This record gives sequence, C-alpha cells and structure tokens, in this order.
Amino acid sequence: MAELFIYGIVLGSIISLGAIGLTLVYGIIRFANFAHGDFLTAGAYIALFMVTGVLSWIGIPDSNFGSLSFGWRMAIAFPFSMLAVGCVAIVLDRVLYRKLRRKASGAVIFAMSSLGAAFIIRMIIFILWGADSLFYRPGILRPALELPLGIKIRPDQILILLLVVFLITLLHFFLQNTKMGKAMRATADNMELALISGIDTERIIIWTWGIGGALAAAGGILYGIDVQLHPHMGWNFLIPLFAATILGSIGNMYGALIGGLTIGVAQQVSTAFLLPTYKPAVAFIIMILILLIRPQGIFGGRS
Amino acid sequence: MIILKTEDITAGYTEIDILHDVHIRVRSGEIVSVIGPNGAGKSTLLKTIFGILKPRNGNVTFRHEDITGLKPDRIVRKGISYVPQVDNVFPSLTIQENLEMGAFIRNDDYSQRLDEVYDLFPVLRERKKQKVGQLSGGQRQMVAMGRALMLDPQVLLLDEPSAGLAPVLVSMIFEKIKEINATGVAMIIVEQNARGALKMAHHGYVLAMGRNVLDDKGEALLANEEVARLYLGG
Repeated sequence: MAELFIYGIVLGSIISLGAIGLTLVYGIIRFANFAHGDFLTAGAYIALFMVTGVLSWIGIPDSNFGSLSFGWRMAIAFPFSMLAVGCVAIVLDRVLYRKLRRKASGAVIFAMSSLGAAFIIRMIIFILWGADSLFYRPGILRPALELPLGIKIRPDQILILLLVVFLITLLHFFLQNTKMGKAMRATADNMELALISGIDTERIIIWTWGIGGALAAAGGILYGIDVQLHPHMGWNFLIPLFAATILGSIGNMYGALIGGLTIGVAQQVSTAFLLPTYKPAVAFIIMILILLIRPQGIFGGRS
Repeated sequence: MIILKTEDITAGYTEIDILHDVHIRVRSGEIVSVIGPNGAGKSTLLKTIFGILKPRNGNVTFRHEDITGLKPDRIVRKGISYVPQVDNVFPSLTIQENLEMGAFIRNDDYSQRLDEVYDLFPVLRERKKQKVGQLSGGQRQMVAMGRALMLDPQVLLLDEPSAGLAPVLVSMIFEKIKEINATGVAMIIVEQNARGALKMAHHGYVLAMGRNVLDDKGEALLANEEVARLYLGG
C-alpha cells in the first residue's frame, strides 16, 4: 500500500505537469484545450527522436548517469523537447485558436477545433513512429532500491519527482516574482483590466502557451522514462488531466498540482482493489463526483 | 489649454448607438463631471474615449493629437488612465502587485511614484502584501485609483467612483479625488451622485438619452433649477 502510494505520487507529479499547463491556458484564454494530452505525446516522441536519432548520430555518448536509465542524450533532449513543444503550442495558437478568438467563436467550436488539433498531432506520431509501444532504452534491467516499509523505488522515479519539484518551483518563482509572471496572473484575473493597464495580452497568451506546452512535454518524457511511449499515451492522460484541473479549481495552478497528485495516488492505490485497466475509470469517477458535489473545485473561489 | 476633447461622438454597441454627437472638453488640471440619468451613455462615453469602444462617427483629441480608434493599450501610453466602474482590480494579486501592474509599461524605476500613491492612500501601504480580493469596497476603489495613477497620467477617467460605497466612504473618495486633482491631474468623472460630483467639478456636463443637454460651470449647474429638479432629486 505504501508502495502504491509512492507510485501514485510519481504518476501524480507527471499528471500535475500536464494539468498545470491546461489550467494556465484555461485561466487566460478560458477554453479547455483537448489537444493538451497530445502535447505530452509530442514531447515524449520529440525526445525519442533526439535520443535515438539526432544525438546518437552526432556522437553524443550513450552512457547512463549512475544507476539511472539515461544519460547525456536525455539531458540534452529533455530541454530541447520542452522548447519544441512550447513552440508547437504557440504555433497552434497563432494559426488556429487566435483566429477563433478574433471571431469570438463559441466554446463548442473551440472544443471541436482542439479535438481536431489533437488528432492531427497523434496521427503525425502514428505515421512517423507506428502504433507499437516504444522505450527510450529497450530491454534494460532497472534495479529498484529497497526503502523501509518494503517500498521498492527505481532511481528513475526519484529523479522524476525531483525534476517535477524543480520545474514547479521554477514556475512558482516565475509567476510570483517576475514582471511577466505577475502580468500572467493579472491577465488570468481580469483580461480587460490588463489591457487597460497597457499589458500586451497577446504576448501574455504566447507565454502561457509556451509554458503550458513545455510543461506538457516534460510530463510526457517523464512518463516515457517511467513506463513507455505510445501514440495514445497523452490522449489517455486527458481524463486524469481534466480531473486534476477541475479538482484543483480550473485556473488555479497550485490547485492543479494538488489535484494531479490526488488523482495519481487514487489511480495507483485503486490497483490494490481493481484491475489496472480501470485506472482511467478511477480518474473519470473522481471527475464526475467533483462536478456533482463541488463543481468549483477544492480551491474554488472563481466560479 | 484644452487637453482632451471629443467632437460629435456617435458610438455604441452592435447596431444600437448609445451616444449621439456628444462633445465634451477638458482643460488641463480641471475636474469635469458628467451627470445624467441611468442609460444616458455616461459610461459609454468614457469607454469610447479610452478606445474600448470604437466610435461610429466623430473624434477624440488628446493634446492636439487625434486618438480616435486607438486601442486602450496605446491610449494608456499617451497619458490617459481609466478606472472602470466594476472589475477594476486584480483580486488574486496583492495590493502592491496591483500597483505594479498599473506601472507595467514603465521600464524606469517607479519606486518614487509608488511612494506617492501610498502617501495618498496610507491604508494601502499598511496592507500592501494583502490580496485585493479580501479588501472592502472602499479599499478596492483606492487600489483601482492607485493602479491608474501609477503612470502619472495627465487625464484620469473615473467611472462611478462612489458606486456601492457607504456615505462616509463616498465623501472620503471624493476628498481623495480632490487631492489627486490638486497635483495637476485633469479628470472626467461620471457619477450617479450628481450633487457630489458637481460640487467638486470645475465644469459639468449633463447627458440624457445619449445627447448633450447642458454644460456649464459646476456651481452654475448646481444652482440651475431645472438641473436640480430633473437630476439632483429636488
């Protein structure tokens, strides 16, 4: 049970990375981006392309860091992929969502368009990499560390947790202490007043997409390291992402963090009682329960 | 010197014009109050001056420059600030952060200006780390005005600064408006509290049904029997 809890924290931290991006975008642009899950997939596969393609081709050594399952190639591919998916998200906004905003399109149009974008991203990945599950490093033995209480944890998983903590701390610092971060929060609070104050809200929107995409990419790569890569991986994350976002109150970054951890733990702990295939259903049930009981989420100030 | 004027402004929302040929003039350093019944188009006038609404006809001139149709983020850079009637603060940000957002477009050191705004509203200095969403209505109005003052504007547009406030707070806010004006900031104030607004005004305009009805010196309008009967409640 303690072990499942720890695995839940690992999974939850990955969900949090996706949910924070989703909630930031929602906070500013007020629309639920169904393509967000596929940003995770895109991030994972761009990193795969770097690790097994470009970086091995230019001769970056294929050794591991200590007892981790990856080394320099991943250390380079990771930030590169974050940057790349950040750009993908920004381009998607410029060519698609911004046009819909200008036309003051309704929520359904936005939802359908983002679903379409999600399919396009996923199909590109199917075409390039096929439908099989892939690994950053196939067939490697991953010895686990023995902790007290009989908990087994892999070094990779510890690193995943540390990386998530690092990224979220970085984001927290950015939002609380930089001019652009404060302007992002101000725009999420009241876009018209931000405009009245002279804040260039289009620039804020670009930053938001960039950060959301980059965090999603990080989540996708970390899931790929922890489990495996599959073209459907991000799509399967969509329900947990939305559950985490709604649980933590839509638009609230710290809520998304707590929501993500809660959903992750609930999903993993449920495997003690249910078949693992029911994991997505657990997230779905939690989401339905929140929507019925407390639709504004646990931190629900905003309606 | 006339610092801001509108000429023949016709504006409104899709299909429906709210304002018809409205003209208004503000001399530098002057308080101009705009009064009139609900639906007279007072708030629409401010939104049009500030570029939130695009006029169908007419123009807005600020210091001899035609600013008609410019977007709010351009107009704020010219030296005009606007305080909307509602939703005029960032509730999840602290007082200090609200003021910082008011100075967003400044790249210089504005700590002196921040001090001046805190001197004007000392209660805000005491609570600068507090989230604005937790403040009372009067304090929020101070934050809203403080935010707009951070750029040291030449003209301040205030939409119903006394709306929803208890009488004691109304007179406090009006005192603050006079203090701000004394530092040389010209203002257009749109008010339901017509008597209070005309008392502090150098010049007043009466709008009804989106048209100019009367304009005169503040005290002259207060003394005008017809204005008193129709707009000041007897």
